[in-house]
Amino acid sequence: MKRFGALLLFPLAGLLSGCDLVVLAPAGDVAAQQRDLLVVSTLLMLIIIVPVMALTVFFAWRYRQSNASATYAPDWDHSTKLELVIWAAPLLIIICLGALTWLGTHLLDPYRRIDRIEPGQPVTQDHKPLRVEVVALDWKWLFIYPDYGIASVNELAAPVNQPIDFRITSSAVMNSFYIPALAGQIYAMPAMETKLHAVINREGTYSGFSANYSGAGFSGMRFAFHGLSDEAFEQWVAQTRTASAKLDRDSYLDLEKPSENEPVRHYASVDPDLYGAILNLCVERGKMCMNEMMSIDAKGGLGLAGVRNTLPLQYDKLARRGAVFGNDPSYVASICTAEEAAAVARASRDAWPTYWPAKNLSPLRGAGMLRPGTDSRSAEADMPPLGLLRREL
Amino acid sequence: MASIATTAGTEPVFHLEEEHAHAEGSSTMLGFWLYLMSDCLIFAMLFAAYGVLGANYAAGPAPKDLFDLNLVAVNTAMLLFSSITYGFAMLTMDKGRVASTQAWLAVTGLFGLAFLSIELYEFSHMIHEGATPQRSAFLSSFFTLVGTHGLHVTFGIVWLVTLMVQVARFGLIEANRRRLMCLSMFWHFLDVVWIGVFTFVYLLGMLR
Amino acid sequence: MPDTLTRFIFGRLTLESLPLHEPIVVATFIAVALGGIALLGAITYFKLWTYLWREWFTSVDHKKIGIMYMVLGLVMLLRGFSDAIMMRLQQAIAFNGSEGYLNSHHYDQIFTAHGVIMIFFVAMPFVTGLMNFVVPLQIGARDVSFPFLNNFSFWMTVGGAVLVMASLFVGEFARTGWLAYPPLSGIGYSPDVGVDYYIWALQVAGVGTTLSGINLICTIIKMRAPGMTMMRMPVFTWTSLCTNVLIVASFPVLTAVLAMLSLDRYVGTNFFTNDFGGNPMMYVNLIWIWGHPEVYILILPLFGVFSEVTSTFSGKRLFGYTSMVYATVVITILSYLVWLHHFFTMGSGASVNSFFGITTMIISIPTGAKIFNWLFTMYRGRIRFELPMMWTVAFMLTFTVGGMTGVLLAVPPADFVLHNSLFLIAHFHNVIIGGVLFGLFAGIAYWWPKAFGFRLDPFWGKVSFWCWVVGFWFAFMPLYILGLMGVTRRMRVFDDPSLQIWFVIAAFGAVLIAAGIAAFLVQIFVSIRRREALADPTGDPWDGRTLEWSTSSPPPAYNFAFTPVIRDNDAWWDMKKAGYIRPLSGFRPIHMPSNTGTGIILAGFSVALGFAMIWYIWWLAALSFVCLIATAIGHTFNYHRDFHIPAAEVTQTEAARTTLLAAQG
Repeated sequence: MKRFGALLLFPLAGLLSGCDLVVLAPAGDVAAQQRDLLVVSTLLMLIIIVPVMALTVFFAWRYRQSNASATYAPDWDHSTKLELVIWAAPLLIIICLGALTWLGTHLLDPYRRIDRIEPGQPVTQDHKPLRVEVVALDWKWLFIYPDYGIASVNELAAPVNQPIDFRITSSAVMNSFYIPALAGQIYAMPAMETKLHAVINREGTYSGFSANYSGAGFSGMRFAFHGLSDEAFEQWVAQTRTASAKLDRDSYLDLEKPSENEPVRHYASVDPDLYGAILNLCVERGKMCMNEMMSIDAKGGLGLAGVRNTLPLQYDKLARRGAVFGNDPSYVASICTAEEAAAVARASRDAWPTYWPAKNLSPLRGAGMLRPGTDSRSAEADMPPLGLLRREL
Repeated sequence: MASIATTAGTEPVFHLEEEHAHAEGSSTMLGFWLYLMSDCLIFAMLFAAYGVLGANYAAGPAPKDLFDLNLVAVNTAMLLFSSITYGFAMLTMDKGRVASTQAWLAVTGLFGLAFLSIELYEFSHMIHEGATPQRSAFLSSFFTLVGTHGLHVTFGIVWLVTLMVQVARFGLIEANRRRLMCLSMFWHFLDVVWIGVFTFVYLLGMLR
Repeated sequence: MPDTLTRFIFGRLTLESLPLHEPIVVATFIAVALGGIALLGAITYFKLWTYLWREWFTSVDHKKIGIMYMVLGLVMLLRGFSDAIMMRLQQAIAFNGSEGYLNSHHYDQIFTAHGVIMIFFVAMPFVTGLMNFVVPLQIGARDVSFPFLNNFSFWMTVGGAVLVMASLFVGEFARTGWLAYPPLSGIGYSPDVGVDYYIWALQVAGVGTTLSGINLICTIIKMRAPGMTMMRMPVFTWTSLCTNVLIVASFPVLTAVLAMLSLDRYVGTNFFTNDFGGNPMMYVNLIWIWGHPEVYILILPLFGVFSEVTSTFSGKRLFGYTSMVYATVVITILSYLVWLHHFFTMGSGASVNSFFGITTMIISIPTGAKIFNWLFTMYRGRIRFELPMMWTVAFMLTFTVGGMTGVLLAVPPADFVLHNSLFLIAHFHNVIIGGVLFGLFAGIAYWWPKAFGFRLDPFWGKVSFWCWVVGFWFAFMPLYILGLMGVTRRMRVFDDPSLQIWFVIAAFGAVLIAAGIAAFLVQIFVSIRRREALADPTGDPWDGRTLEWSTSSPPPAYNFAFTPVIRDNDAWWDMKKAGYIRPLSGFRPIHMPSNTGTGIILAGFSVALGFAMIWYIWWLAALSFVCLIATAIGHTFNYHRDFHIPAAEVTQTEAARTTLLAAQG
């Protein structure tokens, strides 16, 4: 194996120089910190892995049968000191790694607002976070920009060095929203909202995709992520506004139908209530929104009166069939109007702050950290309770 | 094991001269316990599912709209009585009295049937009112948990009848005593699970 | 009217269900059918049916059942590996606008089937087979606690495999990935029979696995020879005990979660649906509560194999027996506390994620201790590099790398960038091939002479070894690199041409592995041809240490003429050193269980039930269910379950062995 290793190394070095190890050389600060953690963990583990592998090869060679000069101790099977070492050495490594994990996991919690743009450059009041609502559809990505009232399919753009605040959901099945150059992934799940906070530091076009298999068109579920300068981003927004298409409930239902390898599409305007309706699975009018349903359930349901409050499903994504012994596909009918339901969703979004309060970053530089639990979730605690909170992860 | 320990001077013993007696079915009780624990895990999963989904009414009916505690109390009594009568069956089995063992087993089976009938009545009533397993996740998990228990009781009754036929044909032989012992454990296990269902689903459900 | 009648008789099974329009499947079918007809013809021609039925299919002998499990694993390995090589080929050519040669309908079935088959119908039968064969011999028992149940468990596993194989030619398999996450696997998004095949195959096989787990726990607890205290059990028996505890404590979870998924699919309940209050995340949690212990179910017995092999071929007692046992028990317990690391990216929050990340890392401590124990068993030994030992050294070098990347993936922020990537694929193949498969090959080479009375041919074994080891590194190192390039798993086509070279290298590695498998088959064939030259008349070809080497190869039906008495955890080594003399007289009649065909019949009805449920053939489902229950009840009226091997026959068998041993000098 050693021989093979030597043979492999030369072409390997050549090959590696030619390829783009995006995970190890990302363009976003969050991904860069995740990369650092990856590298540090690897090095930590190599402290023990390398000696073990070396010892394996050495012992195998030294104590081979033909080597009569090596000591042979057939009944030696215990040494308390050695046992101590072989349990303590991995334990020490894991203690270090565990501490690193606890800190890293809290600091790089995707729900936690980022507090620096780059090393040494904290987020200030001047930074205006870009809000993006991401919807994984079968099999394409929809990006809604609530601050601009525009939307795009399979294309995402963001200004460099500005925090980006993603809210992520899915229309039908599980997907995973992942732009390796920007930040780690997070699942996109129907009727649930996940969050991701990130920043892109270098201009360029990066690739994004779904990292969780979602059906036939999964391979083509890719999009370009453009990191743009502020001017270029304004230009992109302006250009998107000139598109002819508008995204409302009806055109969304059309878009939502399964399709593969979709080209980039732009929408000049977006129904402001659309995202809330998608998240709550009530784009179709008359269907009860999940937040409405959950607040009813929290009050104890609608009683026997509500038992027949279901209507046959008129429209369905995949010509959905009911189970063979079940009843026909149906949905729970809303008891409030679409406008009322939308108002709830809108209120929840209006509570979404447009700027982030500056954070004191000094503890992060080594003066001792805040208790991670209090730190990372405090941002969430500031927000008013929404109807959706129970669904949030 | 003292005989195995060798002292200096005596020949070490490496095998038993006589056949090592593994009593017929000596592992059965352990094996059956392990089976019961694995079954218990299935119930644990269904309880967990009910715990997660039990408040998701999908704007439909909640436990207090559906459950009739009086009926469930009667039902619980049926099952508890059946456990007691099974205990009597085991006591008479130990005394080797075939006829009264059979009689107590029959009584147990009847109590089991009564339990099942009441449960089926409850189910059909709920379904008639529209509270079907499809209506909400709460109802799905309710019907599945309670229904799985009911299925177990059904199998228990089939097993009970089989054993009664066995006892009638072959008497209280070693094999049948062992089987009755296993069924006894199964039956009491179902009783314990039911107490969990009664508390967790019905009583706590009414309080919610 | 005839239409209704057809639907009644055939359910949703129609002529269109047969993939006659798919050339690849048709060609495979013809090949399999011809092979099958040739095999059946040969069996008929040589009049082997009665022999097979009497001596093998209905056998309750744990050794024969163990061997049948291994055959099942090997056959399914060929199927699972052909899926693998089809994927490698597809990914190596689907660049620059090429769609490759598989459409998504096909490709998605293939990666699902590959995962399901390799875990449930390759690794599980191999591991169960090894435990079945070895454990009773190692503890000085004549058979397992419930011999009939053992036969039944085996046929249920076969039943599951039959259903998976049937999906290739009748209908289709799931297109959901091997764990079938809803909502994708729900009736709404997978209305076809694929997921139903998946569910019923796993349910049928799962019954077998759970029962065999219960059986082996009882065997180990209750059937040990006198003197074998828990802390004198061979390490393989210890790891088998822990594995079976894991099986019994995790497979019911799978049964329950699949039952809920089937209710969603058949009855329209709302456990894992999007609306009506269902919660798909619950499925992901529940299935991984089974899924993570499953990983340890696979690897733990092989840790035992490596312990036996290292100690035997180093000619030394195992270093740190006690800490080895405790390490195994700690792994067993911890394996239930880590399931969430399979979906950190679901967003459970930082504290939950770090908890599960850290528990995962803690598992690496006992695992590391084990590696050190093997290392110090080699230290000051006299290592004979026979095949099993070569596999073990290859394992130690390969598995440490896999373990390292595993711990890396346990760091949640690192997992965020590597989750579901090819890095993950490389990681778990690194531990499953480098750990489970290498261990199986070590175990097969080690115990083969015990099972058949002759050793495996070392030359072809070495060819297989080098093809496998080198092939593994070629096939999976590129995947690590691709993972770092941000390439995700289960992709069918790619648009970045710079990736292609890595996929080509990986495909080359897969071809090397194919050569390794071929060499393994050749090895078996050559060894059977050369069985006279490779014969092991002593019963102890490796200068073994544990009890199985004290009896003949292959062991007689009763394993041991007298129940052995144990004084040391290397029982046979101790006996050899203390001047053990084989008893030559005074044999007694031996009480043994009788063969029965009930197991295979019950499994047959279960397959019919599963098939009927998959295709909505309700009359057949009801019929086979009734038959299943009736047969089971009927079996309780069978009182001819055991017999005695007469003392004369034992004397004769043992005398034959005496002659054989005497001929050795």
